[in-house]
Amino acid sequence: MALSAVWAFVEESEGAPGTLGLELLTKAAQLADRAEAIYLGTGSDDAFAALGAHGAKKVFHLDAGEVLPSAPVAAAIAELIEQHRPDLILFGQSYTDRDVAGRLSARLGSSVVSNAVDVSHGDDGLTVTNEIFGGTQLVSTRFTGDAPYLVVVRPKSFPAQPTDESTPEVVTVDLPQADPSAGRIVESHAEEREGPQLEDAAVVVTGGRGLGSAEAYQLIEDLAKALGAASGATRAIVDSGWVPYAKQVGQTGKTVKPDVYIAAGVSGAMQHLVGMKDSKIIVAINKDPEAPIFGVADLGVVGDVHKVVPKLIEALGQR
Amino acid sequence: MQVVVCVKQIPDPASPSKLDPDTHLMVRPNDQVLDDTDRYGVEMGLQVAAATEGTLTLLSMGPAGSLQGIRQALAMGADKAVVIDDEALKGADALTTARVLAAAAQREGFDLLIAGTESTDGYSGVVPQQIAELLDVPALTYANHVEVEGSTVRIHRQTDRGYDLVEASTPALVSVTAGVVEPRYPTFKGIMDAKKKPIDQLAAADLDAEIDVDQQVVEVSPAPERQAGEKIEDGGDAHLRIVELLERAKVI
Repeated sequence: MALSAVWAFVEESEGAPGTLGLELLTKAAQLADRAEAIYLGTGSDDAFAALGAHGAKKVFHLDAGEVLPSAPVAAAIAELIEQHRPDLILFGQSYTDRDVAGRLSARLGSSVVSNAVDVSHGDDGLTVTNEIFGGTQLVSTRFTGDAPYLVVVRPKSFPAQPTDESTPEVVTVDLPQADPSAGRIVESHAEEREGPQLEDAAVVVTGGRGLGSAEAYQLIEDLAKALGAASGATRAIVDSGWVPYAKQVGQTGKTVKPDVYIAAGVSGAMQHLVGMKDSKIIVAINKDPEAPIFGVADLGVVGDVHKVVPKLIEALGQR
Repeated sequence: MQVVVCVKQIPDPASPSKLDPDTHLMVRPNDQVLDDTDRYGVEMGLQVAAATEGTLTLLSMGPAGSLQGIRQALAMGADKAVVIDDEALKGADALTTARVLAAAAQREGFDLLIAGTESTDGYSGVVPQQIAELLDVPALTYANHVEVEGSTVRIHRQTDRGYDLVEASTPALVSVTAGVVEPRYPTFKGIMDAKKKPIDQLAAADLDAEIDVDQQVVEVSPAPERQAGEKIEDGGDAHLRIVELLERAKVI
């Protein structure tokens, strides 16, 4: 028996539905006859059309403006659940998604399963799959309470695929009046970005502690530039303040699945592997022949990043 | 300002993690360590408590064991700790954990409640938000910078593109990321003092928290393994092998 209604939480990103939300919506449309989107953002006809194309029959549109969205959005979704009784709500393992999912879970008294990499539905109910221990073990979890079930899904667990050209019904949902002292966004800062986005790049070059110093990260930037790639970083060097958090790849950072992933001076801690092990081809350069990164690398180079990377940049420049 | 910081004792990440094959629960040794990411919350809490002439109480749920991890946080300078350990809480999900911590935080009283973004062993990443909802306070999440001015808390909240400057009034919850502040190392005096600091050990029944876990692990299986490929020593021309591979992958 198919699920009757599955909702996907989709956050707006630069005026359009975020990729992660569209991934969730695509999955929702595969799981249920009625896939519907909860869309948080300014909204536009193009944005709603994109949601329709990814399977949304209906869009609940919420706009929080400068109010910190989590509490009023969770309250509004709780009301919508009362009226429409969905079986399952999919959220992404990202910032606002987790805030809303957490608050909604507490509000409804419903259990939430995070870090999902798959959701399936069969005769024995709904099963959520998680990866633990750096992706070496798969855990299957079932819900035992009442619907709606709340699942927080890791990015890139499903492809975002437009299938349908239908225009969804759009329902504008008013948010409960929020007291500004309960949280407001005073201003937003965007970091300067060059080149492709980490999540979308065909090639990703990542640096780790093995670079030795913050200055040496320039090698990673130069190699990325030579390849038209995005540059990434391990948690270790982000925590050390060498590069901004936006570059972090791993459990607590971004999940990437590029065609080629080049890890330079990266040891391959579990928390990093989770974010990149599904790349098509992995190249690792590290001095330590025992580094765990070599366990997942298609080509492992035991060597000094300060020697190998400059030569690589030069060779690419001569082409 | 009364500051409460949620911390967790976890198995030492340096040794391989294990699941009990029957219960599917993580095997927890008697000696657990303070989750490394909690050091940031404790440091943040210490700085706020010091600047406001306040106190810092640690809050923790889970098998108490030797309390080694809790003493690590006390050694950094926290005043006292409350630890909730109960057989009935084994296998608690995120919501049950949040209910217990919220009830304990309410019992202690707080102006500012601090937690990490997610634990290193469970990483559900929703417990702070659940606690905030249960206590009906603002949740200023993913903070990589925190300022407290009177009853206003202002943070830099990480976003995909950079950060948002977000503010709310106390009482409030702040979840911090690694890097929000540089955690101090305990001094020898701190370590000695920690042995004498009060640790209240509570059972679930001491708190009016609902224990009701609506999820169940039904299977644990090994994930398909990625096969390692070729490993070469760089003799001076390893970069050519990388170029070759990039050509074959058609990315150059």
